[in-house]
Amino acid sequence: MDYNEIGLKAGIEIHQQLDTKEKLFCHCPTKLRDVEKRNGEFKRYLRATESEMGGVDRAAEEEMKKQDRIYTYYEYDTTCLVENDEEPPAPMNREALGLTLTLAKMMNMTPVEQVHVMRKLVIDGSNTSGFQRTSLVALNGTIHCIPGGANIESICLEEEAAQRVKGDIFSLDRLGIPLAEITTAPDMKTPEQVKEVASYIGMILRSTGKVKRGLGTIRQDVNISIKGGARVEIKGVQDLNLIDEVVRREVLRQLNLISIRDELRERGASVSEEVFEVTELFRDTKSSILKKAKCILAVRLNGFAGLVGKEIQPGRRLGSEISDYAKKCGVGGLFHTDELPAYGVTAEEVKALKESAKAGDDDCVILVADTKKKAKCAIGQILKRSKLAFEGVPEETRKMLEEGSTAYMRPLPGADRMYPETDVFATDIDDEYWQSVQIPELLTEKEKRFTEEFGLDKALAKNIAFSVRCPLFEEAVAKGVRPNLAARTIYSTLREIRREGFDTKSVSDEDLLSVLTAVECGKAAKEAVPDILKAVINGKSVGDAVNEIAPAVSEEELTGVIKKVISERTEFIEEQGMRALGPLMGVVMKEMRGRADGKVISEILKKELLKML
Amino acid sequence: MTIEPGERVLCTYAGTQLKGVFITERNKKAVIKLDNGYNIGVDYETLKKTEKTATHAPSQKKIEQNTSLPKLSIISTGGTIASKIDYRTGAVTSQFEADDILRAIPGLKDIACFSAHVPATILSENMTPSIWKTLSKTIYDEIKAGTKGVIVTHGTDTMAYSAAAVSFMVKTPVPICFVGSQRSADRPSSDNVMNGMCSAKAALSDLGEVTVVMHATTNDDYCTIHRGTRVRKMHTSRRDAFRSMNEKPLGKVEYPSLDVTLEEHVVRRGHNSPKLFDRLEEKTGLLYFYPGMSPDIIRAFSGYKGLVLSGTGLGHTSSVCIDAVRELAETGTEVVMTSQCLNGRVCDRVYDTGRDLLDAGITEGEDMLPEVAFVKLMWVLGQERNPSRIKELIKTDLRGETGRCTPNGL
Repeated sequence: MDYNEIGLKAGIEIHQQLDTKEKLFCHCPTKLRDVEKRNGEFKRYLRATESEMGGVDRAAEEEMKKQDRIYTYYEYDTTCLVENDEEPPAPMNREALGLTLTLAKMMNMTPVEQVHVMRKLVIDGSNTSGFQRTSLVALNGTIHCIPGGANIESICLEEEAAQRVKGDIFSLDRLGIPLAEITTAPDMKTPEQVKEVASYIGMILRSTGKVKRGLGTIRQDVNISIKGGARVEIKGVQDLNLIDEVVRREVLRQLNLISIRDELRERGASVSEEVFEVTELFRDTKSSILKKAKCILAVRLNGFAGLVGKEIQPGRRLGSEISDYAKKCGVGGLFHTDELPAYGVTAEEVKALKESAKAGDDDCVILVADTKKKAKCAIGQILKRSKLAFEGVPEETRKMLEEGSTAYMRPLPGADRMYPETDVFATDIDDEYWQSVQIPELLTEKEKRFTEEFGLDKALAKNIAFSVRCPLFEEAVAKGVRPNLAARTIYSTLREIRREGFDTKSVSDEDLLSVLTAVECGKAAKEAVPDILKAVINGKSVGDAVNEIAPAVSEEELTGVIKKVISERTEFIEEQGMRALGPLMGVVMKEMRGRADGKVISEILKKELLKML
Repeated sequence: MTIEPGERVLCTYAGTQLKGVFITERNKKAVIKLDNGYNIGVDYETLKKTEKTATHAPSQKKIEQNTSLPKLSIISTGGTIASKIDYRTGAVTSQFEADDILRAIPGLKDIACFSAHVPATILSENMTPSIWKTLSKTIYDEIKAGTKGVIVTHGTDTMAYSAAAVSFMVKTPVPICFVGSQRSADRPSSDNVMNGMCSAKAALSDLGEVTVVMHATTNDDYCTIHRGTRVRKMHTSRRDAFRSMNEKPLGKVEYPSLDVTLEEHVVRRGHNSPKLFDRLEEKTGLLYFYPGMSPDIIRAFSGYKGLVLSGTGLGHTSSVCIDAVRELAETGTEVVMTSQCLNGRVCDRVYDTGRDLLDAGITEGEDMLPEVAFVKLMWVLGQERNPSRIKELIKTDLRGETGRCTPNGL
């Protein structure tokens, strides 16, 4: 695909949870909890309200189509009345603001002189208040990771939304965790560039050492448009490895929608406003969905035959797009004649349906089954989306599905969804404050330094620089532990024993540091490290583990063992000469089980062998 | 260069030109709303006026009412249920009129046909006895004009005082339902819709007294109907802040079904005929006793016609305050003792201090809430001059504010 030719323009928004002690607008910890640990729940309704400028946000308006907007929230001993929307917010967390400014400085941005907290209307249930608090902190920066560089439009500090447990149930533990939102200009021209920029920003974020790690703690939204298409925002790409695929698939979708539009125009297609009630037609149907429906309504799309069923993205058709709109009214989905007979609907029923809807061979009939109210609402949405097919690509917000295809979520929101958070004072960012913001070393610089300064090999340097335990590595080295030993233990050894099934997360940095120091001052051999760590994971203290697994061995004792090994293999040694050193090393090491350092063993062994030969 | 709120501006900042609308000034910075919806504060020098555009005001769509529905009166005094952001100060203020409440709670128009009155538009901390008089008169006029029920929208902070005041000032044959909201009307999660709808149904019910209708729990599931003289705000911010004290609530209204259930002990619709008693003695005080309080503070009420003391436990002040109480009582101030415990009944016959206080001339406020006793005393002193008659009225249950027996389980 020649992305230049189709005029691909893409920008990204990266949402990263910050690893602060407290939440953004209350003093609760930023800890995720098991839903089983909840200690209460409550139910609330949400409804769209007017913005300060008098408008109602179109995304919120669409959300209002849902009949029952009652949401359930789980609360915990680590959440409070602020999350419950039962208490005004606390002043903005200064730690989170400081971190956001650090990020802004790292991306060469200009801070806003006075930061104002806004309420962004979101009534899908993910915020108990019906809005998300967000503030614009800095503007206009640049990063240099793609040819020509990428411009960073803004960085916002906002509160994380509540996590959906299932359906309309949300968990309040995540609500209020500080989130930095970095928005780039639409500077990326290929799917690969999108991935590159996202990964570079990810690196900048992690360089602070103060961001949350793990699945769901960073989410990317991608804005994509092509020539003749429209701006589409794809929300919540959690896996960086999929981001380029998402772009490719969206390009494909837009190209297909444009070609459907052209085909519709050529055919002289139209959307009939006439709605047909066809409930009776399916009284004795074998389709269980249609049979139990209280009301079945149908509409005719003139000249749409074959196009509704046309695939526009892997696993997605124009019919799926229309269905997404209908689902906003709470219906399960729709049937269309491009895919029927199927799902228990017979050819005769299709024929009768087409007759009832006065549909010809070139037309497509869409039907929807539910309560009368919901079905009517869904028909309105079906007509709305079908008409949009004549425009090609509608501007909208979409959500990512598995594998990288997407589904319609809601219209692109506008400025109408924002109004001031009056309960939080504005914060001035004066020059002195801005000057005091320190920039941390980038992980990529760190990686380079580890190779040059510590002589680590490139791969290990990178791995340790990007590892969560990098600060521990640096601390250990500063305390005199050999860099190689520290890096290998912290990165490779931990990884190896994790693969054996040990929960390495339970080993604290403190314990790791004690083990490393023990090795460094000769209390244990480095060969004993895996076993010591395993013992620590199983609940032993580092001291006990070292004493048990690698009790101190005197040189005398070690020499004794070596002598014994040699005396048992005189024939072999006589035969091999000094070549026996290697194999004997292995025997002694096994015998000592990590209680002595390899280097010391080697020295004594060599001495004893020379003596004998 | 002066820029008016609502004018469009170009802002040159961070090396780019940003478009937006000037909102207000904050800490010497110009607050502008950027076209992406965010507000930021910048130096005035960065701004340039462009075309003048007035901000569009919130829609003023006329509310079509169904005149075949029963008639209810909605009387607005302000408060969070009717609040909106003031872009001048950036704080939440009351500036809605009753019609706006119908707009904010569209479901109301399917329940009744409303006539709206705005005797005051204030935050509830600015309420005064004189506004209680205006409010009572407005309510009384509506009742005389044949309304089926009255809804009073009110700020929650002093709603219990106003409900108690209206309880004494208006004898009513129809329900008078005070309602408010704890979370502002401009937020999607506001409790104004549920409270408003439930209060409308309560105002159409078989009640015949002054009530407060508010969220019963933190859930949007039902509202409790509290008696106007037995209710108290017990939480600063939760939506279920209101509780009935020393008495079971009068009933509840389920949401969203809006089914009303009333208890046995309610005063029924039509039981009283309408009367207005709008005289209040404003030289009445309410004082919260605390350990170590100087008797001078009590003496500061010298010249007052009445003083309610919110005492400790069964109804005490420290011994050093007793002389000051005696001086007040002897110079004609009616001193009523209530308890900081809120739950339970005053009894000054158990401990010596209590007996001394009785001897000094206080009247026991029975199981009345301190603020209800305060409003009642103000009202009684407005109606009656005779000291022994005043004492008698204080101890007599007039509007369900006090009972002969303290009920079980409360």
